[in-house]
Amino acid sequence: MDVKTGYVAGRLAFRGVLCRISGISTAAHCHAVKKHSCETVFKFSQRSLYQTSTPGQHRWFCHNSTPGQHRWFCHTATPSQHRWFCHTSTPGPHVCIVGSGPAGFYTAQHILKNHKTARVDIYEKLPVPFGLVRFGVAPDHPEVKNVINTFTNTASNERCSFLGNVTVGRDVTVAELRQAYDAVIMSYGADADKEFGIPGEDLSGVYSARAFVGWYNGLPQDKHLAPMLDTDTAVVLGQGNVALDVARILLTPLSILKITDITDHAAAALETSQVKTVYIVGRRGPLQTAFTIKELREMTKLPDCRPLLDPADFAGLEDKVKSLQRPRKRLTELLIKTAQTGGATAQEAQRLAQATKEWGLKFLRSPLEILSSEDGSRVSGIRLGVNQLEGSDSSARAVPTGETEVLSCGLVLRSIGYKSEPIDDTVPFDSQKGVIPNEAGRVTGCKGLYCSGWVRRGPTGVILTTMTDGFETGKAVVDDLTTGILQPVGGVRGQEWIQPLLQKKGIQAVTFEDWNKIDSEEMMRGEKVGKPREKILDVKEMLQVAQS
Amino acid sequence: MAAAIRTKFPVLRRFSQVIFASFSSVSSPLRHGDYEYQDPKSEDEIVNITYVQKDGERIPIRGKVGDNVMYLAHRYDIPIEGACEASLACCTCHVYVHDDYSDRIQEATEEEEDMLDMAPFLKESSRLSCQITLSKDLDGIEVTLPQATRNFYVDGHVPEPH
Repeated sequence: MDVKTGYVAGRLAFRGVLCRISGISTAAHCHAVKKHSCETVFKFSQRSLYQTSTPGQHRWFCHNSTPGQHRWFCHTATPSQHRWFCHTSTPGPHVCIVGSGPAGFYTAQHILKNHKTARVDIYEKLPVPFGLVRFGVAPDHPEVKNVINTFTNTASNERCSFLGNVTVGRDVTVAELRQAYDAVIMSYGADADKEFGIPGEDLSGVYSARAFVGWYNGLPQDKHLAPMLDTDTAVVLGQGNVALDVARILLTPLSILKITDITDHAAAALETSQVKTVYIVGRRGPLQTAFTIKELREMTKLPDCRPLLDPADFAGLEDKVKSLQRPRKRLTELLIKTAQTGGATAQEAQRLAQATKEWGLKFLRSPLEILSSEDGSRVSGIRLGVNQLEGSDSSARAVPTGETEVLSCGLVLRSIGYKSEPIDDTVPFDSQKGVIPNEAGRVTGCKGLYCSGWVRRGPTGVILTTMTDGFETGKAVVDDLTTGILQPVGGVRGQEWIQPLLQKKGIQAVTFEDWNKIDSEEMMRGEKVGKPREKILDVKEMLQVAQS
Repeated sequence: MAAAIRTKFPVLRRFSQVIFASFSSVSSPLRHGDYEYQDPKSEDEIVNITYVQKDGERIPIRGKVGDNVMYLAHRYDIPIEGACEASLACCTCHVYVHDDYSDRIQEATEEEEDMLDMAPFLKESSRLSCQITLSKDLDGIEVTLPQATRNFYVDGHVPEPH
């Protein structure tokens, strides 16, 4: 790097002690920057110097004239008031993403990589980022959370900012965001869940799997769930990966769970849990299960746990299996093998015989009514309708036969899918499908408005499905910026325009550096108790740590 | 001239020190794959590998014994994702291994096969590149990137590559 050119027309470029204080400039063309952006390497060449003549307040600007890479440094020579700010003066477009889960971050990653001057601001209603990677992925699946490293990398890009503790739709409206930003991307996911709408669904002891997951993963709104685990039988309604997750957490020995980042109160509650049997109930058959083989295999290997699969459910499937696609074939083969009672080896047979807990799959059953105990205080069982299948494979339909049966239990977890909700009156929303109507990520009829992730295509799929989706929306945004469909507007833009609105409401946005403080605090607390982290459950406490 | 400036103008020297120091201390996130960033120390260590891109472009790389095929691709900016960082929790590092070499690689574990189930455009030669370590035996190996790493159209529709 050629420092000698930091110096033009024989004049000294800098004077006095150099220090860095980042701040929001009141000048219209400057941006709020993070401290470390000032450490970014810059090239000096063909600069121009500029000096005000106000005594005691000389300001020197250094300006790299390479288009797209202009940087201004403002330096007050007044002792102890030296200020640097680092500013790209070519107004790159301003992009805003609502939601900091995988959809938000992968969309941001794609835009930052493929557009050289765009600035991306990611808004999040909680003080902490990462969405379902933090609050959805099970505590005993830490490797799935490795994507956080990729997201942290994205957030560390100097053109990327994280603004936590800002609820879009309440603290700031989508209309205001669309005024401040050239493109606004909705990536806020799905935080409600589907319901059956059957009698008894609101009894004590009936919870959504979503809330149960939020409870053991430290989602602030679910910390008071206090699920009733004083029953020997639990029923999970639904046969997806979330259903297996909650079943597995109910049955995993505490010795394994308590060294994960599971919340303290969940570990304590599970320690005194009486749940011994978990049934996972689906309305269709074994060929229509929505879970994947990795998660099923984990169930078969649960310590101190025996599978209760009825071989009759798999009668006649051995032949059918041969013609299935590989993923479904391997999954069904594993189900059939697991249903064969006794275990493959003598050792395995002994392990199963000695197990004190059990899990089972029930097929072709739909809940018709949740029954209450005599005193009406909690759930005592479920009346299930027996189904038969019409059609086959993934398009098979469950049709009631009229037959019913009762399954006794003291805990019911409803796991039939998450659900998105509209964020704001001005954003179109398809209530039937529960998504924002769009084409390739562009919101129908709203130029400059985009969507990615679950709110775009519905709440199914793993992190990497969302990755591909995020990249696709990112591409739509980059294309529209490059082809001129979106015309970036100059002047005060982006978070500089939004921050004063937030400040008026007394809202302090949490930066990524602030999140790092929360992150360190959680890891420090975790270390004391032998866990990777002890999550902070209270938003106020998060903000206290962030602002310390 | 640079030296002259630095001695004559101590402030500038300090400034350049600050900039150099901060440049070299730009922190990188948790780095698995450090080993792949080290150059081979001798010819004996070299294992030649060719990555074949989606569009057919062939990229020959001089790897070394012990290199992880996925992290080596990251070093040379070959577009293999690796979302879960080699922990068998995704299928984004999916590649096809050239027939001549598939026998020389350690057979896939059950865990790897489970994750391969999720990969679109699966073939007999499919493997997760994060599970392949280079050895002398694999000198000359070729791996091909698939058309996509995650097909999210449940009805089998194939999106246009982009």
